[in-house]
Amino acid sequence: MSDLWSLVFGRLTLDALPVLEIIHATNGRELASGIVGTTAAGLAVLGALYLVYALTKYHLWGPLWRDWLTSVDHKKIGIMYVVLALVMLARALAEAFVMRTQQALGDGGGGLVSNEHFAQLFSTHGTIMIFFMAMPFLTGLINYVMPLQIGSRDVAFPTMNSVSLGFTAAGAVLLMISLVLQPFSTGGWTGYPPFTEAAFNPGPGPDYWIWAVTLSGIGTTLSGINFVVTIYKFRCDGMKLMDMPLFCWTSLCTSILMIFALPPLTVATGLLALDRYLGFHMFTNDGGGNMMNFANLFWLFGHPEVYILILPAFGVYSEVFSTFSSKTLYGYTALVIATMCIAVLSFTVWVHHFFTMGQSANLNAIFGIATMLIGIPTGVKIYDWMLTMYRGRVRMAVPMVYAVAFLILFTIGGLSGILLANPSLDYVMHNTLFLVAHFHNMLIPGLLFGMLAGYTLWFPKAFGFILDPKWGYRAAYLWIAGFVFAFFPLYGLGILGMPRRMAEYFNGAWFPLTLVALLGAVMIIAAFACLCIQLYVSIKNREALAVPMGDPWDSRTLEWAVPAPAPEWNFPATPEVEGRDAFATLKEGGYDLRAPDDGYHDIEMPRNSALGPVLMVGSTAMAFGLVWYMWWLAALGAMVCFAATVACGFRRNTHRIVKAEDVKAEWEAFCALADTTPRIPRSLEQTTQNMGHASPASEEITS
Amino acid sequence: MSTTRHPGLNLGPHHGEADDTAEVEVFGFWVFMMSDAIIFGLLMATYVVMSGNLNGGPGPRELFELRPVFIETMLLLFSSLTFGFAQIGMKYHPHPARMIIWLLVSVALALIFVGMEVNDFITMAGKGGIPQASGFLSSFYALVPLHGIHVTAACIWALAILGQIAVYGLDDEVKTGMLRLGILWHFLDIVWIGIFSIVYIGGLA
Ligand code: HEM
Repeated sequence: MSDLWSLVFGRLTLDALPVLEIIHATNGRELASGIVGTTAAGLAVLGALYLVYALTKYHLWGPLWRDWLTSVDHKKIGIMYVVLALVMLARALAEAFVMRTQQALGDGGGGLVSNEHFAQLFSTHGTIMIFFMAMPFLTGLINYVMPLQIGSRDVAFPTMNSVSLGFTAAGAVLLMISLVLQPFSTGGWTGYPPFTEAAFNPGPGPDYWIWAVTLSGIGTTLSGINFVVTIYKFRCDGMKLMDMPLFCWTSLCTSILMIFALPPLTVATGLLALDRYLGFHMFTNDGGGNMMNFANLFWLFGHPEVYILILPAFGVYSEVFSTFSSKTLYGYTALVIATMCIAVLSFTVWVHHFFTMGQSANLNAIFGIATMLIGIPTGVKIYDWMLTMYRGRVRMAVPMVYAVAFLILFTIGGLSGILLANPSLDYVMHNTLFLVAHFHNMLIPGLLFGMLAGYTLWFPKAFGFILDPKWGYRAAYLWIAGFVFAFFPLYGLGILGMPRRMAEYFNGAWFPLTLVALLGAVMIIAAFACLCIQLYVSIKNREALAVPMGDPWDSRTLEWAVPAPAPEWNFPATPEVEGRDAFATLKEGGYDLRAPDDGYHDIEMPRNSALGPVLMVGSTAMAFGLVWYMWWLAALGAMVCFAATVACGFRRNTHRIVKAEDVKAEWEAFCALADTTPRIPRSLEQTTQNMGHASPASEEITS
Repeated sequence: MSTTRHPGLNLGPHHGEADDTAEVEVFGFWVFMMSDAIIFGLLMATYVVMSGNLNGGPGPRELFELRPVFIETMLLLFSSLTFGFAQIGMKYHPHPARMIIWLLVSVALALIFVGMEVNDFITMAGKGGIPQASGFLSSFYALVPLHGIHVTAACIWALAILGQIAVYGLDDEVKTGMLRLGILWHFLDIVWIGIFSIVYIGGLA
């Protein structure tokens, strides 16, 4: 390799291309592995090229830049987060499918991906699902919904919001690049040293992991700060903390966890980077390093992280149960306290992720008990949700299907967690597929179903039309069945002793259940396909499915008081509310569509800012340069980030005015539309007759 | 008092909009500081755990010298004092001259601090105290220079604020920027006190 080449491209060579695995293949499995990798990389490249082509062809670069990338509107940022999450979900699901296929074929050493490739697959799958699917999904929902629910015009720091998105997206881009310029880490989503140290893994893989995770972690910390300040300082008049919709409460707790739990991750990955790049001895085997520091730091982040993931889903379910039971939430106070308890307890259990790593039995016992305690507040929640349905007018709309499935499946997953919380049982079960079954049982019915329920629930608010329910049901039932088939067998496999992260095995007893799990994975792929079809069909029928009046589900919280899609300024005047279920109260009094009490005023909105996208490009370049030792690129990226940040401090005149007349015209048009739009009863809510104008629930119940 | 909007120095109602917006900005920055405090806290804890892992290399007694570190501590503490003067100057004087002078003094003190610290590191390295030598030194170099980098960043921020004054005068953004920078400035003092007590005094005790 010439000096010039390495000056420019660092350690990047043609060997990084996945085709090479095909060329160097010595047997059928390696050949298949190469084909799988090349296809995946090809799809990523084609997808990117098509995107560029389509944007150019339809002259969309300008609108993309002006209306989306530089926008600091919390609603648009929320939508971009969710789009990112769905794209990454597609990739991670495809990887899950390949892994399931491999394990079904792996008996006797067969299969279609090499061991090395399999290790990359579970590492990227786990990393993506947690950091680039779940986190963006929930951050997106919070972004879109929370400011509307508390009657605010935006989050506290709109530009920083766009910066958060930029960092998260930069991490995601890095993962997509790693598909084409390989390899990614083989260290799993946890990246434990010493395996990921330079001594064992000198290649770029762990570096990809480090920088992708670090970037997304920084973005998440900033999001947490933003949400917390918004909730504390930007509630509308009359909305006390204990009057907030439960989704805001769970957002608050999640954000607090983000602020306190992400720094340990940054420290862990940062120190690992020091080890790898500068030869430090933080976690190495030799030189006085101590790997246990990594385990502690990582799980000091990792355990609160799983509550960061689940709490917003709890919030969504709370909204769903109350909306689709036409009842106020049962046990609101208990739910708030339970949420807070979970948030606090989440910091007291991290050791249960490594019961077997050598601490004393007494310490394990303490952490085991602390872990079991979390079952109590969670149990309270389950009962509260059931009692919300009790004697309610329950409608099994699509979000409710997810929610009910969640109640049952999540409880099962929780019980398997209680089993694992017992250190002596954990000694037997740890590192087996029992654990994989357990955490997927929490993450899929808990987090993912919650996100999908929220997506279905709030989609009409964001885009002005509901999602086609027929395909929605198909997707939901396939998800549920697919989950059961894909993961319940894994409990069995775990008890049979099958370790996790294993590509090939020589034990015929495991084969049948892996086959069942593969069947489940097929159903899950079908479920995702249904979601895609649903989106396509709904966009095509958007006129018929439109709900311009903005309240398709007869909901109870403020975000439904405005048109769908929500206007950029959210409310014509900041609302004044009293008590919980603010919008339900307004509707009961017949005040839902009033002109603002003291007339219309000019509204000050933040101007667009290029800081977010610039930091995204800069930090991607920096990280990519660091991964491949292209030092000039790393320095350049860092300089861009630095200069952009300083320059941003010199910005003045960051607001623009929306004229009172314009607000008035838009709002009055909306009110006028209300006069001509029929109110429809709940029985028609999933039909094209739904225009988003709900007839009051009280009338329906008596009639 | 009802005019207090946030912990720390408040601008007061006669600063109009700057005082209004400070409530959110300063609160947000406090929250940010909390997450930064976690980072330093974890690094200190890691240092404590690692401080026995000498790997046959030099230990605190061979490497640390209390005298320069004590001078550094004084420099940093005095820069906090002068920063306070700068903020008071901003609060009570419409003309920025007083504030600029005190800000420059603070930056100068902080930069001398950083310079002395770098000098300490060089001295340490001369005695074999490099991060690659042992787990103890790795954790030392993960913690202490991070504080120095923070101080440097705070100085750059101060210079950026001076640049903004040159362009826009003492406007609202400059004022709220100064409030936030002040929190960072004092926060870094507190972190240093922690480092001084745990790393240096603890190491030599
Ligand atoms: C929906 C269908 C899904 C399927 C079929 C699936 C399948 C798998 C498989 C086969 C593995 C490797 C297990 C092993 O180690 O042997 C795995 C690991 C993992 N999955 Fe999933 N998964 C799915 C969804 C999710 C979701 C929604 C999340 C998180 C939000 C997730 C997070 C993870 C994590 C963190 C790992 C561990 C990676 C590691 O070992 O480091 N998965 N999954």
